[in-house]
This record gives sequence, C-alpha cells and structure tokens, in this order.
Amino acid sequence: MAESGTLATVVATDAARDDLNGPRGARPKRALSRTNIMVYGTLIIVAIYYALPLYVMIVTSLKGMPEIRMGNIFSPPMEITFQPWVKAWSQACTGINCDGLSRGFFNSVRILIPSVIISIAVASVNGYALSMWKFKGSEAFFTILMIGAFIPYQVMLYPIVILLREAGLYGSISGLVLVHVAFGMPINTLLFRNYFSSFPEELFKAARVDGAGFWAIFFRIILPMSLPIFVVALIIQVTGIWNDFLFGVTYISSPDRYPMTVQLNNIVNSVQGVKEYNVNMAATLLTGLVPLFIYFVSGKLFVRGIAAGAVKG
Amino acid sequence: MTSENYSVQIKNLDLAFGAVKVLRNLNLDIGEGEFLVLLGSSGCGKSTLLNCIAGLLEPTDGQIWIKGQNVTWEEPSKRGIGMVFQSYALYPQMTVQGNLAFGLKNARVPKDEIAKRIARAAGVLQIEPLLQRKPGALSGGQRQRVAIGRALVRDVDVFLFDEPLSNLDAKLRADLRVEIKRLHEQLQNTMIYVTHDQIEAMTLADRIAIMKGGNIMQLGTPDEIYNQPQNLYVADFIGSPSMNFIEGQFEKGAFRKGDLNLPLTGYAFAAPQTADRPATIGIRPEHVVTGELVANAPIKIDVQVDLVEPMGSDTLVWAKVAGQDFRIRMDGQARVRTRDSLQIGIDPSRSSLFDTKTEARL
Repeated sequence: MAESGTLATVVATDAARDDLNGPRGARPKRALSRTNIMVYGTLIIVAIYYALPLYVMIVTSLKGMPEIRMGNIFSPPMEITFQPWVKAWSQACTGINCDGLSRGFFNSVRILIPSVIISIAVASVNGYALSMWKFKGSEAFFTILMIGAFIPYQVMLYPIVILLREAGLYGSISGLVLVHVAFGMPINTLLFRNYFSSFPEELFKAARVDGAGFWAIFFRIILPMSLPIFVVALIIQVTGIWNDFLFGVTYISSPDRYPMTVQLNNIVNSVQGVKEYNVNMAATLLTGLVPLFIYFVSGKLFVRGIAAGAVKG
Repeated sequence: MTSENYSVQIKNLDLAFGAVKVLRNLNLDIGEGEFLVLLGSSGCGKSTLLNCIAGLLEPTDGQIWIKGQNVTWEEPSKRGIGMVFQSYALYPQMTVQGNLAFGLKNARVPKDEIAKRIARAAGVLQIEPLLQRKPGALSGGQRQRVAIGRALVRDVDVFLFDEPLSNLDAKLRADLRVEIKRLHEQLQNTMIYVTHDQIEAMTLADRIAIMKGGNIMQLGTPDEIYNQPQNLYVADFIGSPSMNFIEGQFEKGAFRKGDLNLPLTGYAFAAPQTADRPATIGIRPEHVVTGELVANAPIKIDVQVDLVEPMGSDTLVWAKVAGQDFRIRMDGQARVRTRDSLQIGIDPSRSSLFDTKTEARL
C-alpha cells in the first residue's frame, strides 16, 4: 500500500511539473552574449599580438635571402630551407670565430648547470631554516636578503667587477656562476620560505619528537613534499640565467667564453656584409629553445607551485 | 615527596613571547600513570604548556622534570615522551608503516625490533590492514589512530595529546574518546591531554587542570571540579548548560537578593566563620528539581516560564529568579510551555557560593 502510494505521488509530481508555466530550471545561457564577445574578443586580439612576431620569425627563418628581399614578411615560405638554421648553429661568424652559436650554447650550459644547482640547493636550505628553525635575528636576516632583491643591478655592476678581480675570478665562468648564485638568492629564498611556511607546523614538531634533526627533517620530510616549488625555482633560474645578457657581457672577458645570448647579439648586430635576416631569426629561435623546452616539460607543476608558493606568506 | 614518585613535574615555569607572558610561575606535579587533562579556552596557555613539556618550546624560566630527571634542556626525542597532534601531523609521503618506523629509525633501533613494535602497536590500535597505505588514503579517525601509534611504538613514559579529537566529527570523536580511555587503562602510562572540550576532560581525566591566562585556576578530580568549583571562572566554565549565577549579599548564614532569601543550611563552607559580604550564588540547572521532587527540597520558589528549549533528552526551561535569567534542566518528556507557572526546588548544599569581589569559593 505504502509503495503504491509513493508511486502515485511521484507520477502526480511529474504531471504537476509539466503544468508549470514560465521560467523553470537553470537559466539558458546565450553563446554570443555581450560579455562573451568582450572576453573572447580581447583574448583573441592579445593572442594575435603575441603570436604574430613569433610567426614572422619562424617564417623568415625558413626562407632563403632572395625570398626575404621580395619584402612580404607575412607570407609563408615558397621554398622551405633549413640552411639558415644550420648556418646559425655552426657557421655564423662572431669576431674571429666562425663556428656559429654552438660555442655559445655550450658556454651557456656550462654556466647554467652549476648556477642552477648551487642556487637552488642553497636557497632551499635558506628558506627551510628561515621558515622552520627561526633563530634570533632570522627576521632581520631575511629582511636584509629581501632588500638585496630590490637594489637595481646596475648599481652593483662595477663593485662586483672589483670583487671578482680581487678574488681572481674576473672573466671566468666560475666568476659568472658565483654572480648568478648570489643574485638568484633573494627571490628563491623567499619562494622556498613561503612554500615551507605553508606546511603545518605540527608536522615539523612531530618530526622533532621523532628524533629527526635539521638535515633529517629537510631531506626525509620536507624535500619529498616540495617537488612543485623546486620546479618553480628551476624554471625561474633556468630562464633567468639562460636569458641573462648583462652579467654575461660584463663578467666574461673573452669572446671564447661568451654565453649564447651575448653571442646572439654579436651575430645579429654584426656590421660586416649583408644582413642575413633568416640566419638572425634562426639564431634567435635557437637561443630561446631552452627556456621554451623547460616551460613545456614542467608547465603543470609550475602552475601548481606558483599557486602554492607565491600567494601565501 | 621526592621527585621519583612523580612522572612529570613542572617547577616555577615561566614562558614569555617577548612582552607577552603566556605561562606564569606554573607548578604542576603529575603522578605515575595519571591521566591529566589541561582544560581551558583558547589562548589560556594549555597547548603552550604541553609544548614546553615536549621540549618544542623553550621556557623562559623554571624546570621540567620527567621520571626524576631534569629534562629542561633536553631534546624532545630524548625526553621519553610521545606526542599526538590535532592535525595528526602524519608524514604524507610515507606509508603508515613508514610513519610508525620513522622515530625508531632515527633512534637506530634494530630492524627486527622495529617490525616487532609496529606489529604490536598495529594490533593494539587495529590498524594492521592500513600499514601499507599512505595517510592521504585514510579517514580522519584512522589517521589519528596512526598518530597515536607513532607515539606507542616509541615505548615512551609519557603520552602528550594536543587536542587530538578536535578535527574529527562528533560521532567519531566520541568513539575515539572511548578508545583513548581504554588505551590508558591497558597501558597505564602517564598521559597529559590538552582540550577545550569539557566532556572530553570530564570523561577521560583522573585530574583536570583548568587554565586561564597562563595560570591554573583549579586542579582536581572531575568530581571536585564539577561539585566544588573553587572560583567563579571554573564554575562558569564547567557544565553545560552553564551554572546560574545570582549576585547578592551573604548575610547571617543566608544568601539574599531582593525578595529572595536562601538559608544555606547544609552548605559546606570553606572557612567555618564566614563574614557577611557581597556574594554570588551558583546553582546548576540540573540541580534544580521540579514536579513531585519539590516536596523534599529545602527551598521552594514559584517562577513563570519565559522560554522552553526542547533538546530531546532534556528540556531547558528559562525563567526569572530574583529578576535574573535562570535556567532549569527538566526531563526531555516534560511538557512545559511558555508562561506556565512552575514550582522549583533548590538544595543549598549542592550550590556554590562565591565572594563577588575575589571570585573565590566561600
């Protein structure tokens, strides 16, 4: 009896529902509303604004010089050639060297790897100590470090030349590595400190009760939880150091040891002979490949880390 | 008594964060195998005190002794304590087994011994099926059980609980509360338990220390705390619904306020000769009788019902006594309505009388 009663109620409700007049349920959304046109229109324009130069570069780098001289920079290549890329990599001349960007690439790698490893290693321990092992004056120390981040590089450019000269490192790759490590320290320490501060304090207390010391907590508790922020630091450091021009040109004394960016500049700005736009474009794209590669590989972790580390604090 | 008879002793402990004094000259002796609850509202210093005992905070002055040893300067792991936290604080990247083993590995306990101890703790806490799981795959109750296990495997003398049940829902909290009580009866360890929940305190404790502003307001058994609160703060803090207070005068062995005259016959005064003074009387809503029981009550008062709050098991009735709001706890089946008149009975021997100025029990 009870069941049939329930059933009857359900049927009755359904019937009643069909009788409802006027708006019912979720409000329909129009695809072409004014807001949508505004939002998507803006996004499309901005996207074109950013993508167009890239398109021109790629297209130009695949054209031969005769085709470029015809002048239409937006037209796709009639005849695709990779010659400019090969030339940019291995034959373009800078000063007396005519072995292309490859020399600069390997110089940059030799600068990049130790700079990134050392700066991230030191900054992560800094951030860990500043967030979890607060000592007397740790806040003052942190403030000083932060002030360092706001002093314009130009101010320190020449004093560092003197410092490096006195240390016997001026002009060498290890000197430049030292500079990169020092300049990456404030932002990376801040990044790690904020990320570690978001960990529950009780976790750290539990580890101390469990008898773990400074390094045991760092390596066995903190590190395994911190992959996203390490990826963020890695991206910031790799792109920053790879794209650096100022320090490279200032602290490296010999063209043999110039990083890729400096060498790119020398190729593009060389005054002798004809301007080879296609080679210049290919060289520029080659130089940008490393940061681009890093972004593609770690994009997802980057977003996660930025969201977790940069907002809080 | 010598220090050996106590499990934990706090001697003249001071703790200040800058200019803010969190603990003031605190003394506390905790017996072997005792279950002591530190109870108070947030900011009273109870968790701070627990962290001091654990060695996670350094006191400004004073000493902490555990098992007859002065451990004031000792590392947390060397104090013979295990701690259970409110947020469980399990290591998220390790399995349950890894969590349990972490402290033992740090102490360089041999492998077979670690396995033995984990097996025993897992048996006691019934978490054997969970050993290979990560904390993320556990429910709140299971996580807290693992957290207790982490203290258990270390074979410690003293268990410290920092609001361990506060993150759990009501039903689970009640279940785990019973389990903790059972665990204490089984292990007979000293346990120090911080909570702001008076039900947890009353049900678990051998003794309760009620704290306020870094001081202990009263230290006593749950029975003493409930029946003989030593000051207004404790009287107000313990009991739900809370005690009714009426401010008036203590004159010639009776409490007076306006028309109200309560002769305090049978009341156990703290001092035999208590002089007349402004006083506050406290009467628990559940100690007020109604219906047939009024006949036997020493004092009878007629009131009119202002408001009724039915709560299922009880009914809370609001009325006015001596012009003040007065709560009466009646049976859940009591059929009382607003504006009904009601006769209530009060037994002065079950009330509490306080000096209005010093707030101390008379």
